[in-house]
Amino acid sequence: MATAHSRSAARIMIAPAVFLLLVWMLVPLCMTLYFSFADYRPLRATFDAWIGFDNYVRFVSSSSFLRSVGTTLWMVGGILSITIVGGVLMALLLDRQMYGQGIVRILVIAPFFVMPTVSALVWKNMFFNVDNGLFSYLYKFLGLQPYDFLSQAPIFSIVIIVAWQWLPFATLILLTAVQSLDSEQLEAAEMDGAPVLSRFRFIILPHLSRAITVVILIQTIFLLSIFAEIFVTTNGAFGTRTLTYLVYQRVLESQNVGLGSAGGIIAVILANIVAIFLMRIVGKNLDN
Amino acid sequence: MSIMKTLLTTAVGLGLTAGIAAADGHAKTITIATVNNGDMIRMQGYTDQFTEQTGINVEWVTLEENVLRQRVTTDITTNGGSFDIMTIGMYETPIWGANEWLVPLNDLSDDYNVGDILPAMAGGLSHDGTLYAAPFYGESSMVMYRADLMEAAGMEMPDAPTWEFIAEAAAAMTDRDQEINGICLRGKAGWGEGGAFITAMSNSFGARWFDEDWNAQFDTEQWANTVNFFKNMMDASGPAGYATNGFNENLSLFQQGKCGMWIDATVAASFVTNPDDSTVADSVGFALAPDNGLGKRSNWLWAWALAIPAGTQQEAEAKQFIEWATSTDYIELVAANEGWANVPPGARTSLYENPKYQKVPFAQMTLDSILSADPNNSTVDPSPYVGVQFAAIPEFAGIATEVSQEFSAAYAGQQTVEQALANAQEITTEAMEAAGY
Amino acid sequence: MARAITTKQKVIWTALAWAFGLLMFFPIMWTFLTSFKTEGTAIADPPVWFFFDWTLENYTAVQERSNYPKALMNSIIIAVGSTLLGILIAVPAAWSMAFVPGKRTKDVLLWMLSTKMLPAVGVLYPLVLLAKWLGVMDSRALLIVVLMLINLPIIVWMLYTYFKEIPGEILEASRMDGASLRSEILYVLTPMALPGIASTILLNIILAWNEAFWTILLTTVDAAPLTAFIASFSAPEGLFYAKLSAASMMAIAPILIMGWFSQKQLVRGLTFGAVK
Repeated sequence: MATAHSRSAARIMIAPAVFLLLVWMLVPLCMTLYFSFADYRPLRATFDAWIGFDNYVRFVSSSSFLRSVGTTLWMVGGILSITIVGGVLMALLLDRQMYGQGIVRILVIAPFFVMPTVSALVWKNMFFNVDNGLFSYLYKFLGLQPYDFLSQAPIFSIVIIVAWQWLPFATLILLTAVQSLDSEQLEAAEMDGAPVLSRFRFIILPHLSRAITVVILIQTIFLLSIFAEIFVTTNGAFGTRTLTYLVYQRVLESQNVGLGSAGGIIAVILANIVAIFLMRIVGKNLDN
Repeated sequence: MSIMKTLLTTAVGLGLTAGIAAADGHAKTITIATVNNGDMIRMQGYTDQFTEQTGINVEWVTLEENVLRQRVTTDITTNGGSFDIMTIGMYETPIWGANEWLVPLNDLSDDYNVGDILPAMAGGLSHDGTLYAAPFYGESSMVMYRADLMEAAGMEMPDAPTWEFIAEAAAAMTDRDQEINGICLRGKAGWGEGGAFITAMSNSFGARWFDEDWNAQFDTEQWANTVNFFKNMMDASGPAGYATNGFNENLSLFQQGKCGMWIDATVAASFVTNPDDSTVADSVGFALAPDNGLGKRSNWLWAWALAIPAGTQQEAEAKQFIEWATSTDYIELVAANEGWANVPPGARTSLYENPKYQKVPFAQMTLDSILSADPNNSTVDPSPYVGVQFAAIPEFAGIATEVSQEFSAAYAGQQTVEQALANAQEITTEAMEAAGY
Repeated sequence: MARAITTKQKVIWTALAWAFGLLMFFPIMWTFLTSFKTEGTAIADPPVWFFFDWTLENYTAVQERSNYPKALMNSIIIAVGSTLLGILIAVPAAWSMAFVPGKRTKDVLLWMLSTKMLPAVGVLYPLVLLAKWLGVMDSRALLIVVLMLINLPIIVWMLYTYFKEIPGEILEASRMDGASLRSEILYVLTPMALPGIASTILLNIILAWNEAFWTILLTTVDAAPLTAFIASFSAPEGLFYAKLSAASMMAIAPILIMGWFSQKQLVRGLTFGAVK
């Protein structure tokens, strides 16, 4: 279909983006790769350009490594499930005819506009705080002992904060998908007396599969690198250290750039494995 | 597509104004990175007077403590040159000074009177006897307690209590129905938060971070005693979420009247006795941080200080600012406008000799606390490091943050104290090995 | 999906939707209310809702302490600038991948996404050293470029999915008519793709606005945006809920208002593309 002319034009048009991303990726990545084989500890003014795979061995063999990978998967998995399930339900709800639809939409979308740092601070201090948080007042009002969310259910608390921020995104994308749903088909199914659940299962869900794919892909990318929410709330304590956070600790807190760089490279490799895995499972949905 | 048009016009418009604004540069402007503590914020308010006197403009970059550390450390290690003055602490100064990353402050003017700086502070901010940062304010830690609650419990706080007495008093003051916790302490993860507290506390239990050969010491009985004592006392008489409470959280608790005792930074004294913020302002008493009769108390030593990174283009101007901000004149300026209780404390001997300042209720206890902390000799058994609540080696911040995370998890009941100590031992040994000790 | 429904059903859906909407909005609402309280009222037990002495003192205090207009200006320039630059580069790339797919297109797309997986802190030192070497630390240009590069993969992906929705026959037809590549893009493609581009722009402005790692570590004074402004209020000494709330509202209000006005755009744009 495409002519040779448009094919070469296409290549020229992709070129800037590809070139920029290549530079963006390769220059820092190569430097990171270079540092990851070096003993680079700026505070000691130490720079030994080649120490082999020491940093990698050290990073992987430390007991925090596997735990942090587990934490990351838990967190990302938890947030994804809440936002997808919640997003589908919310999208179906917002699609109904109602009074003040525009305002309701804005209310639902609003959390997405809030900076992660701000939302983490607000949740931590004004909701989760065991002495002055709103949840504690609620507990006391119900005659219960206030619950210290951040130390007793740390991962859950962070999942709640992040899910609150990303639920609007999922809802937005899914809402647009719902809106393009063929209503005649649905009505026909309704006429035939198909129960709500099977209508959902056989008509709505397949229709949404591509949107869900997009949501999963884009969100996973962002969720793998959540940082501010952990930094502000628990500082990595109580088993909330994700891989990203661990790399942060190595680079900035321990000031061991070599070790942190090795961790960064490992994180890139793992993230790519996840991405390829994701594409295998859900990527097909993108084609149709 | 009106929205696109709007966006484009806005962008172009903003770009133009930005260009114009950038062209209008000042001849002499110094950039200062600082922490968002009350005393620093107050100093920013008086900067205009400095500019008036000297014609030097000052740009402030005010950041929260943790973010500030990231920012200035990255800048100094990469020789970034973003700042002319950095606000750093007693932990960073000797390390950076040793690397010659800071301009030595050995040629300050005679009027400034370097000799007036409290020796403990000057010592902690020096490397090899050269001063690398001038203290803006200094602090130790002490017991702040509610005299009314103490009396109601039928007890009397000695000037120099023991840990045993503190635990007993805490239990006696606790009244869960009235939401009064006998004692509030830092349990929050982070080397400068809960890490600093437990380290200072461990000194009085005879524990230390490293033995003379830099071996981690968390497998010792002294550390087990420290952490167990802390956890038992806090479980019995502390606030519910103490594992996540740091300085700030405890300050609000105390100001709201929810704590019987609070052992923390001496600078907090001016906040808890300020009737504008504190509901308990008129019933606060002070005492030295507790001990165990082993010869070391559990108070720390810290200073927020101003330092000049080597390589700045504005060294002379930066020095001028430091001399202004840490001078006795500045202290008098603040005293004249906001009262003596609000001047930056803990930096100068002359302040504590001033009869007007001696009337401030916490002045003497602050000085006594500062004088009883010795960074060069902080532990019962000899240790190879300098520092009271830290060890002034580059690896410490990273290690201590991880260790304090383990402790916080134990406070929250997610693991036992034994597990936490075992993990701490492993983390520290591993990191020290990596660092080549 | 316009289906005839009874008023009763409509009322039920309205109630349910509003309940969820308010629940989602509640944290922002609470922050808003708190920002007008005194520090004492902010932590009152039981919490005070609407009936308190509304005060502007927190906003004044925050304003006095920092240069809000400058931070706001920087945020706008950086967010808008990086997004527009990204669009400029991404539109041709997404266009050609959508309409002239080659054997490697899918791989290129996946690879682009994978560039987003570098943990930011892992490349902190490399990037700071580079920026210093180029002498561009603390400049808006640096942040515009960095944030553009960070979000470029997302922009390309979003545009790609939108463009995929445009029926190829229309382009064929225009080519038959002898339209040049330039006019094909300008007169045929662009109008059809505009809603998709608009929502991509909006989404990326939000993402750039909220980026809080590089915007703090690569700036000092001249280019510091609202994220740095927030970092100076996050944990000061003493009671701070009310002041924090005021600072937070100041930081998110502009983007919230922008989102408010473009809400329809956001939904319509996405309706067109992304999803069948």
